[in-house]
Formats: sequence, C-alpha cells, structure tokens
Amino acid sequence: MKILQQLRDEGRGEDLAALLKHIPYARFIGLQVEQQGNEVITVLPFAEHLIGNINLPAIHGGAVGAMLEMTAQLQLIYDTACERLPKTVDVSFDYLRSVRGMTTYGRAIVTRRGRRVANVRAELWQESRDKPVAAGHGHFLLSPLD
Amino acid sequence: MSTPTEHDIATSLQDVPHSRALGMRLVAEGEDECELAVPYAEHLVGDPDTGVIHGGAITALLDNAAGMVARPKDMPREVAAIATLDLRIDYMGAAPPGKPVHARARCFKRTSNVAFVRAFAFVDEPDNPIATCTATFMLGTRNTPFHGGEQAVSS
Repeated sequence: MKILQQLRDEGRGEDLAALLKHIPYARFIGLQVEQQGNEVITVLPFAEHLIGNINLPAIHGGAVGAMLEMTAQLQLIYDTACERLPKTVDVSFDYLRSVRGMTTYGRAIVTRRGRRVANVRAELWQESRDKPVAAGHGHFLLSPLD
Repeated sequence: MSTPTEHDIATSLQDVPHSRALGMRLVAEGEDECELAVPYAEHLVGDPDTGVIHGGAITALLDNAAGMVARPKDMPREVAAIATLDLRIDYMGAAPPGKPVHARARCFKRTSNVAFVRAFAFVDEPDNPIATCTATFMLGTRNTPFHGGEQAVSS
C-alpha cells in the first residue's frame, strides 16, 4: 500500500513525524518535524556524518539542499492530500551563510498550487529566524486525491 | 578523464564525513572535470513506495562533484575554502533502485572570485541524465574555524 494512504487509514494523514519514520533517507540525516498550527517546522539536529567542511566545521551543502527540499515537500503534503509523495521537478538553493555545527530549523510556504504542479519556497535558520543560513525554491509535481 | 591516482580529490572525499557516509567515490578526473559515484543503499531511499533514492543524496553528489572542480588546481584546500553561492538542480527522471548513481562535473569558467560549474547525474548512460545542475562558487573564502576568535566565511 502507498505510504500516504496507509497513514490516512491509520488516522495519521497529517502526522508528518509518522511519515518521516517511513522515509529511510530522512532517518539517515536525522530529520525531525514539529507542527505548530498550520506551520510545519523541520528540525535537523547536528550530527557528525552531516559535516561537509571539517575545518569550520560546516554542514554539507548536499544535506542543506536535502533539508530545504524535504521542508518544501512536507509543507506540500500537509497542505494537500496527495496519492503519492510530491515529485521534485527542480530546486534552486542559495547558500547564505555557513551552516554551522548546531541544530538547523526550516520552514516553507507554498506560493502557488495548481492541480499538477506547485511552487514552494523554503528557508533554513540556526540561531535566529532573522538570519537565514539557506533559502530555496522549487517546483513539485502533485497527485491530488480530490 | 582518467582513473584517479594520488591526487588531492581522491583523499578529500574520505576526509568529508557526509561524503563518506553516502559512500561517495571518485571514478575519474581530468583537467577541470571529475566523475563521482554513490552506491545504491537502503538508507538513502526517499520514497518507500518505489525504493527510489532521495533527491537529497543526488544533491549531495552533484554539490560535491561541482565543488571539487570549482577549486583551481593551484589553490590548495588547506589554504582557502570555496563557498557554494547557489546550486540549481533539474530532475529529469528517477534513479532506478539498485544501481549506483554517477555525477560528472565540469568547471567551464573561473573569474578571479567566482567559478561557474555544470554537472549532471546519470545511472547507466551519460546520454540519459536523471538530473542536471548549475552551480556557482566563491573562490578563496577564508577557512577559519568558528571557535577561536575570528569568524569565518558566512555572508
């Protein structure tokens, strides 16, 4: 059975933490999620295996990109009941500051949602929301249920 | 491109914890270009319905390959870091489960401050990419540790 349908059947269609437990890559990087009202906040605790620059140390640009992408996808899944996980068409990341060896937070906003495609913006921060460490936007293919 | 020998690139992959965790390896390298690969692994799966590995692993692979060719050969990485300014990826298809993903990157222009790189990822045939990537890098940012007084890179 498809994972999103399975969660809906279990009455956890909007439980993003439950979804993340089923995504091996999310477990690999250690991504967590906190839901506050309509807002979805992703949380990535620092871990040794995320380091991309040992001298600073700073988190790997790939892990940063992955977090931006997953933050966007989770917000989409929260906003729209879909049959399958949103498929990434393209993503564009701006690296604003070094992502340091501490917990990183993320949020996303769906700027436009059509029937087949959605535009989403996401940003990450560490010490303060006012100082984003990375930002991104992307297009995702949807499979809406209704 | 040729098979790697004792070059800086080969050893630098092992020094990077995230690249090591992904099982990244250098396949070939040449002047201003390189090819890396990541083996298929269960823990990299992004969609449990299909077993396809997550875009994040592809992002890390492309970012790593692009970053490696961005640095001029005469600029040792102990001296100066490079910083990714931006990275754009177009996903053209899913990586079939069970197979390693390769990425080839080429730096096609360097100015005194910025390197411009293009890269693509493929599984079986380089002519059939699953993702393409454009990236720009700042060259010669300071590589000073965060703790120890002076602040490094950022903005």
